Amino acid sequence: MSSDQAPRPKSTAPEILTGSGAILKSLEHLGITDVFGLPGGAIMPFYDELMASTAIRHILVRHEQGAGHAAEGYAAASGKVGVAIATSGPGATNLVTAIADAHMDSVPLLAITGQVFSTSMGTDAFQEVDIVGITMPITKHSFLVSRPEDVPATLAAAYHIATTGRPGPVLVDVTKDAQQKTAPFIWPPKVDLPGYRPVIKAHGKQVQAAAQLLVEAEKPVFYVGGGVIRAEASAELLELATRVGAPIVTTLMARGAFPDSNPLHLGMPGMHGSVPAVLSLQESDLIISLGARFDDRVTGKPSEFAPHAKIVHVDIDPAEIGKIRAADVPIVGDAKDVIVDLTAAFAEASRDHKPDYSAWWKRLDTLRKQYPLGYTMPDDGLLSPQKIIERIGELSGPEAIYAAGVGQHQMWAAQFIKYERPHAWLNSGGAGTMGYSVPAAMGAKVAQPDRVVWSIDGDGCFQMTNQELATCTINNIPIKVAIINNSSLGMVRQWQTLFYDGRHSFTDLNTGHDTMMIPDFVKLAEAYGCLAIRVTKEEEVDAAITLALETNDRPVVIDFVVSRDAMVWPMVPQGVGNSSVQYARDHAPEWEEE
Amino acid sequence: MSHVLSLLVEDKPGLLTRVAGLFARRGFNIESLAVGKSEIEGLSRITVVVDVEELPLEQVTKQLNKLINVIKIVELDPATSVTREHLLIKVKVDNTTRSQILEAVNLFRARVVDVATDALVIETTGDSGKIQAFLRVLEPYGIKEIAQSGLLAIGRGSKSITERVFKN
Repeated sequence: MSSDQAPRPKSTAPEILTGSGAILKSLEHLGITDVFGLPGGAIMPFYDELMASTAIRHILVRHEQGAGHAAEGYAAASGKVGVAIATSGPGATNLVTAIADAHMDSVPLLAITGQVFSTSMGTDAFQEVDIVGITMPITKHSFLVSRPEDVPATLAAAYHIATTGRPGPVLVDVTKDAQQKTAPFIWPPKVDLPGYRPVIKAHGKQVQAAAQLLVEAEKPVFYVGGGVIRAEASAELLELATRVGAPIVTTLMARGAFPDSNPLHLGMPGMHGSVPAVLSLQESDLIISLGARFDDRVTGKPSEFAPHAKIVHVDIDPAEIGKIRAADVPIVGDAKDVIVDLTAAFAEASRDHKPDYSAWWKRLDTLRKQYPLGYTMPDDGLLSPQKIIERIGELSGPEAIYAAGVGQHQMWAAQFIKYERPHAWLNSGGAGTMGYSVPAAMGAKVAQPDRVVWSIDGDGCFQMTNQELATCTINNIPIKVAIINNSSLGMVRQWQTLFYDGRHSFTDLNTGHDTMMIPDFVKLAEAYGCLAIRVTKEEEVDAAITLALETNDRPVVIDFVVSRDAMVWPMVPQGVGNSSVQYARDHAPEWEEE
Repeated sequence: MSHVLSLLVEDKPGLLTRVAGLFARRGFNIESLAVGKSEIEGLSRITVVVDVEELPLEQVTKQLNKLINVIKIVELDPATSVTREHLLIKVKVDNTTRSQILEAVNLFRARVVDVATDALVIETTGDSGKIQAFLRVLEPYGIKEIAQSGLLAIGRGSKSITERVFKN
């Protein structure tokens, strides 16, 4: 080297890493701090690297489904991506339920699975399954990585896809040889996917058209879905709703997107929605749908849904618009941006003509007065499940997180806990996955360690995933579990009572009153190192909840042994229009049909 | 009703499974499918004929657009596009039928690409109407085997599907 040459810059040759090391480094680059998983043969090289990581906390679950739901709960409670890791074959297939769940509820989930050696793929090797193929219909996208040099760009792309646009699960399957071999680690400067360009900013003309409809409408309703929570648009929604003064309903996925205490809020629409919420949509002349997808549990029979309403449909996923109900004004965009634009457009459009919704509010207030959400105490003198759930909410407050399983207790938790903020209510809405609650609560507690986290679970759901209590105890994740133990698959039993002549076919679980009580949930919880409490009398309810709230050195499980005859009301039976909503059994409200 | 969709896609493993799976899952019926390279390296072009009504067609397109590896979808209007199918037919011949078959081949502007004493392999290209008519003519002589491509389609005029994607 001659002396007149400028000194060469210090070598910037990329670091040589194994594929496993590259996975770890990529996760660190992406800011991942917590992952849930369980090792096995095909993912062992990565686990060997993971052991040394100081930046990433790995929580060893007891079943991969638990890892998947924990990652979902983590994501839903924090708005960040959740990460689940499993080995090939059965490890990967055990993630499938959680991946499908995340797909239905638009949860940003990154699933990383080990795959057999690329040279063995397709030979029915030990623990080989085509997990990329299996998960194609239930992921936003899936990748197979068989070369170490492809790891960083693939994980960057996977993260980008999972967290942007309409969030969802992305699976990255990495062969064992790709984990073992080495390559230079090159972090992509930016992710470029020519076939993936989510539209964020909506068309201005469409937003103006929506504002114009709001000004002209007499009976408008904001139909708010989970997209508002995913878009972190609650504050903007509050501003819009306050300016417009129109009623709001929040779907099962959107509970907490708008404060329950706000007088504009009519509650949850749908099969078990409040009468005012259900009938407001039904009788409205304008529905502004924000991040909702006209799910059948909301619309009832679609052909009879809101027959006189014009539809403004706002969604970041163009495929949702017009899928179930034709939209008069389709708006593709991020809920937050659109809500801000709509607020401004409404101010402009209403400058000369303020809409008057007072007649509409008079009707809605009558419905609210006539049909408040409520429940009757059971005839058998046993505990009321609704009352217990209501007390958990009252004693724990709006800053707590509530993760429900699926069934009656889920509906009661959606109805009788008052939600004031987004990310406080976690549940499996689209897929209806029994067993979601305990691991989701665990994930939520990892994401938000300073919050009280309740798993409101059923005796059926609890028996599907309760082994994660071991994970909770060992890793100091003190969640609180309320088993609403009605000794049966309660929602199925309710349908059997109502629609199958009371023939209770295989819905008895024998965990409650006057049964063998198998398993004994208190003993089971104690075996997992939890504080376990059984509650059978009303006067014990508050004390047990208070003790649970005061106990933070281990998980708490309360076995609330309740009446099995309590039913979820109101209810729109399946397959009929929403005007058939029943306030209680054989009690239909009068509604104004034009 | 049949619609011709032209998809520009990234040439990635499993792409065809994703596309075909989506059709099956959403209950859309594929009438014909043709896959091949495009003029840009790494990109393939899929021509798919799907039998749906107008509203579900919008769903098909939107759902296909959600696939990460699908870059562009256009519906090709028969009035402003050229469509072709390619066909290889093995037909029985003997001394009495050979000349009649060759005459039909000439009339339809088809070509004989293989000759044996008792069979001919004929190649032809055309739109569905021509192909069907040709097959009806050959039928009486005894068709032993058919290999048919999916429909290929391309828009008339100078615009290209890739231009629309990569221009801006």
